[in-house]
Amino acid sequence: MATLGQTIKSLWSMVVGMKVTGIEFFKPKLTVHYPRKEVDNLGTYRGHCDLVAREDDPLTPKCIMCGICVDNCPSGCLSLTMHVVGEGKPRPAGGAGELMLAQEVILPGSIKKAPPTGKAERVLDSFRLNYNYCSLCGLCVQNCPVSSLAWSREAYLVGRSRQEFEFDLLARLRAKAASSQGVKAA
Amino acid sequence: MALEANYGMVGDFYTQNFTTTHTGDGDTLILNLGPQHPSTHGVLRVVVELDGEYVKKAEPVLGYIHRMHEKMGEVKTYLQYLPNMGRVDYLHALGWNWAYVGAVEKLMGIEVPERAEFIRVITCELNRISSHLLWWGAYLLDLGAFTPILYAFADRERIMDILQMVTGSRLTYCYYRFGGVSADIGEKFISDLRAFLAQFKARIPMFHELVTGNMILRGRCVDIGVLPVEMCRRYGATGPVLRGSGVAYDVRRFEPYSVYDQLDFDVPVGKAGDAMDRYDVRVAEMVQSVRIIEQALDKLPEGPFLNPDLPDRFIPEPGEVYYSVEGARGKIGVYIVSDGSPKPYRLKLRSPSFSNLSLFAELSQGTLLGDAISIMGSLDLVIPEIDR
Amino acid sequence: MTALLANPLVQLVIALLALLGFVGLNGLVLVWMERKVVGFIQRRPGPFEVGPHGLLQPLADALKLIGKQLVTPRGADRPLFWLAPILSVMPVPLCFLPIPFSPLLTGMELNVGVVLILAFSGLNVLALCLAGWGSNNKYSLLGAARAVSQSVAYEIPLLLTVLCIAFQSGSLNLNVIAGHQSGILHWNLWVQPLAFVMFFIAATAETNRAPFDLPEAESELTAGHHTEYSGMGFGLFMLAEYMYMIIICGMAAVLFMGGWDGPVAPGWWWMVIKIYAMLAAMMWFRWTFPRVRFDQLLNVCWKWLIPLGLANLLATALIMKLVG
Repeated sequence: MATLGQTIKSLWSMVVGMKVTGIEFFKPKLTVHYPRKEVDNLGTYRGHCDLVAREDDPLTPKCIMCGICVDNCPSGCLSLTMHVVGEGKPRPAGGAGELMLAQEVILPGSIKKAPPTGKAERVLDSFRLNYNYCSLCGLCVQNCPVSSLAWSREAYLVGRSRQEFEFDLLARLRAKAASSQGVKAA
Repeated sequence: MALEANYGMVGDFYTQNFTTTHTGDGDTLILNLGPQHPSTHGVLRVVVELDGEYVKKAEPVLGYIHRMHEKMGEVKTYLQYLPNMGRVDYLHALGWNWAYVGAVEKLMGIEVPERAEFIRVITCELNRISSHLLWWGAYLLDLGAFTPILYAFADRERIMDILQMVTGSRLTYCYYRFGGVSADIGEKFISDLRAFLAQFKARIPMFHELVTGNMILRGRCVDIGVLPVEMCRRYGATGPVLRGSGVAYDVRRFEPYSVYDQLDFDVPVGKAGDAMDRYDVRVAEMVQSVRIIEQALDKLPEGPFLNPDLPDRFIPEPGEVYYSVEGARGKIGVYIVSDGSPKPYRLKLRSPSFSNLSLFAELSQGTLLGDAISIMGSLDLVIPEIDR
Repeated sequence: MTALLANPLVQLVIALLALLGFVGLNGLVLVWMERKVVGFIQRRPGPFEVGPHGLLQPLADALKLIGKQLVTPRGADRPLFWLAPILSVMPVPLCFLPIPFSPLLTGMELNVGVVLILAFSGLNVLALCLAGWGSNNKYSLLGAARAVSQSVAYEIPLLLTVLCIAFQSGSLNLNVIAGHQSGILHWNLWVQPLAFVMFFIAATAETNRAPFDLPEAESELTAGHHTEYSGMGFGLFMLAEYMYMIIICGMAAVLFMGGWDGPVAPGWWWMVIKIYAMLAAMMWFRWTFPRVRFDQLLNVCWKWLIPLGLANLLATALIMKLVG
């Protein structure tokens, strides 16, 4: 008798299971039909890093070219070039009064000592991100002393080749500033 | 089998080695389960010798997804190694985050603010729920039920949405930092989390109705793969696998790290040590994790989420340190030897899946093929964690 | 013209051609339906992009399957390997012939219709066996071994339950059996509920549907007997699986639910409705339950279904003797 009761109980468990799937059948669907709709939480998505402009000058990033981000990047995907203007650098002989400047390149692992602090002003020439190797850890953004880096929110980045993911972040910043100014002007 | 009859397909070293040492009398079938097989969940390969449908001998072959994580630890600075931790066990990334971050903090004597500790508890437990949910679905997939994994994913998706708010990513989190966490949790995070917990608690009975009580599932799990405590000890099994066999060993309880000693939670254990017990333990752990998160949310103190007095560069004194946390699959241990340079001299990762897989060979002996799959699923293996 | 149509041979040819069309169309509809059912159960929309609500998706899939290269694995027994899918599909139109969709809409009225269906659907086992053997793949071989023992075992309870109905109706002619059950209250379902349940379970096992899909148990044997088939080889196996589902559900409708009989306006549409209702139930099973283990599957058959079926048959015979 106990076996029979057990059997009936077991068989009933199948009915219970079918009840669950039967109810779920009529519940609303959870799928977001992608091309027509998008998920609504992309605001918190952490994309690749992007330069942040100064408050007073949308064309210039806050970056002080200290190289901490370059040094911290585990994948070595950041590199930047800069030149120094001002004191301490010899003026080039001749020329039409134009400054000719030595360009310095900061590559991953190239920083051995803290960057010089002088009155000489450093100018960023390019800030390259090789997004192919980026693992989106966020160490560059979090360790930036002047908050010159932020995460972009681009979740739908596509491209046809690896070269398309080698970004010049400075150019991106300028392009963005130009387009937003264009919008303002219009 | 003669080579000619094999049409020139003689198998690689492992198959040949297995064939020459196998126990059968020639009437057996050597079968490669994997590296591409639906129920090895990744690139695990198990060479099995079948007598009919009975597994005479099984031998896991590892190394298909070895990524040299430990060696990478030696060539990267302490900070640079952080993102690797999310990739060791991608399903419980925050557990590994914590183990490594905790080890470095212990090595360098970095203080962690209390708020950060609570945030770590909340996010790590949330990650544990998502890991167990995925295991739940994948295990049932192994047993041939296709629907539960989609239901599990509906909840897991919400967890990922919540975790994305603070971590910015959905799977391979890199959220913890030496001395705290990388971002504070906000009002929206807390309200969303509370809403999720309430909804999730209401959903667990549905899981039980659909699956736990089901006659077929019980037939596939009860008394299958009975794992004696003594065998767990020999292989160093930890986590739900060990607790399923009735040993209430939980790092959170026995070597309380962080603020776990301030939180009230049970350590669920099984009785018989069969697949059903391991199943029950994991489902019960999800409920306990919900409890822990609720308490942690109530106790969440104000304050900084990152230690404000961190050194500029993380260069510890020479020394060694071991730090372990309770991951979703068992005890996660990180052992670091420092020689005073910016990079670890040696870094060893103790991954629970490796130990748990090791006992599969012995546990699956003499079972049916279907049972062996059930046993493998009940061990909750994450293959990248095994190879590291 | 009418004289030509009266010729039984011409009728047979027309019926076969019509059935082939029916088979193809139903295959497409069933694939779409299965995917929609599983989608809805799992709270997804299912196929959605090709055609309105994905209606043309199975057509696109069929085209894709037809266009794919047919790969014969190294070491496979080529003739057997390619004979198997054909052999699997070939008996399908024959099995449809005796199924009465309405008194007039019957391919061929046969005195031994039930036996014909059971006999020809049994050929499918041979196809699975050949597929497993010819593939030179260990998973296929295991799947074929499973398929054979499963089919052999489950044909017995299937036959036992069919026999109950045959005893009751005194005929193996499906038209006669259906004709006996006019009026919803006269359906055999009410007289033989146990037989119906057993028939349905055995039918699910016989068509290798989850939770009894052991021969192609995905998590154990990757895809079982059709692991190595590509393109239309696989497509034919799938078509055959769906067709046998329709056949067995059609049989269930005729044996237990009065075939074309319905509460209002009896006709072939009732038959179709019944068949599709039972198919939906089979899909519902599949997407709800885990898979049973192989020995459990055989235990259910030998320890439960066959003794119960025999007892049921005995009781039926006894009652028929006493009443009749």
